Amino acid sequence: MPLTATHIAYYHLCRRKLWLFANGITMEHTSDLVADGRFIHENSYERRADKFSEVEIDGSKIDFYDAKNKVIHETKRSAAREVAHGWQVKYYIYLLKKSGIEGVSGKIEYPVFHQCTDVLLTQDDEIYIEKTIRNIEELTASPACPPKIEKKKCRYCSYFDFCWSEEY
Amino acid sequence: MKKTYYLFNAGRMSRKDNTLQFTPQDEEGKELPPKYIPIESVSDLYCYGALDANSALYNFLGKSQVAVHFFDYYEHYTGSFMPKDYLLAGKVQIEQTMHHVKKEKRMVLARLFIEGAAFNMLKNLRYYNNREKNVQPQIDSIEQFMEMLHGYTEVDELMGLEGNIRQCYYQAFETIIDEFTMGNRTKQPPSNEVNALISFGNMMCYSLCLGQIYHTQLNPTISFLHEPGARRYSLALDLAEIFKPLLVDRTIFTVLNKKQLQADDFRIELNRCIMKDAAKKTFVKAFEERINETIQHRSLKRSVSYKHLVKLECYKLSKHILGVETYKPFKTWW
Repeated sequence: MPLTATHIAYYHLCRRKLWLFANGITMEHTSDLVADGRFIHENSYERRADKFSEVEIDGSKIDFYDAKNKVIHETKRSAAREVAHGWQVKYYIYLLKKSGIEGVSGKIEYPVFHQCTDVLLTQDDEIYIEKTIRNIEELTASPACPPKIEKKKCRYCSYFDFCWSEEY
Repeated sequence: MKKTYYLFNAGRMSRKDNTLQFTPQDEEGKELPPKYIPIESVSDLYCYGALDANSALYNFLGKSQVAVHFFDYYEHYTGSFMPKDYLLAGKVQIEQTMHHVKKEKRMVLARLFIEGAAFNMLKNLRYYNNREKNVQPQIDSIEQFMEMLHGYTEVDELMGLEGNIRQCYYQAFETIIDEFTMGNRTKQPPSNEVNALISFGNMMCYSLCLGQIYHTQLNPTISFLHEPGARRYSLALDLAEIFKPLLVDRTIFTVLNKKQLQADDFRIELNRCIMKDAAKKTFVKAFEERINETIQHRSLKRSVSYKHLVKLECYKLSKHILGVETYKPFKTWW
């Protein structure tokens, strides 16, 4: 499986989630939140599709790319400014740069809250991404599944039932 | 929340734009007004009546990940239309196979399934034992059988033990059920009302387990306690062992002891007892209510339905197979 922006995002959210995902245990089909996010994605900015295109690069899918202004648009459901969201977009910029498209910036949009955040890729970011890619490869190749993190963070995760179902 | 739909009426199911349209037929084959079922609300379909459909419908159902389970006139499970596998995980497949092939690994899981099943059977018996139904002799013998669990080293010995436990357990039905007698457990065909209900209920439980396994990465044909048969999703049989006492048997006790089903709900033919259509409907309704009942889950700390417990069991099994956490079978804790 090629390394995708999802890996990058999960790496920042939870190592266990990353390991499970990379080993084929996907859970998004069980999540109402994910379905909700998809709905928001499909139904926000409906006229945008005429101008912008969906780009697939190295297995990562960029939902809206404005090629004229070189801006990546990423829509998110929750207003929580997750570190993971930023790294996901930075990784897209990184991928485009690797394939020769310079000067790209990103915009994370929260349509439900009418807010957005701008994202740029710095030189330090690039070094960090390359280090992260190596870390991810090492982590996902390991036979051992990383431990659970604290439960409070897990509540809205689609893996919650998987990780926390136990018998006493 | 997606629901299971049970089709007792004969009729035609078709795709109407992005919705299901069901046109029932009356006994003379005349079409009745159509009903519409939003596809998003359907988890699976159970067909007891004659269903007319075309491949366009199955393409639509397949895309929407809706399984269809078929039953013949005698309510036997005849097969399923299963949508394309959409959750494939090579690592899980390989590890699941290893747990089947390596005998020590397989024995561990096979024992745990029996342990869980027997625990839940005992739970039922103790419940009734505390309610002036004396089933202490059966409790004692099942406990004795359980002591032998760790002495066995072959899977078919375990299956034999499971058979003995279940035989004991079914003997207690005689005491628990007020109006009907159970006699020996007979299948193919069931000889009396209780046997007919057990067969019908077990099949419901089996289909439920299969439906839940489908939405996980587990392979339903690779089992541990049961031998993988050519035509059976035998992992569903393994899981069903654990849930039958909670889901099926308790429903049977309820519908019979509350007289929701009575002698005239059944038809005795030459050598078999058949549930009439109304009886099937009553039982399915009671079963649906049962599996949608919720409890506060101890480790998740939120309320979950009995049906969801089956899915959680699949997760625990996946974790065991991946070496994340040792599997512990579900044991009724309330």
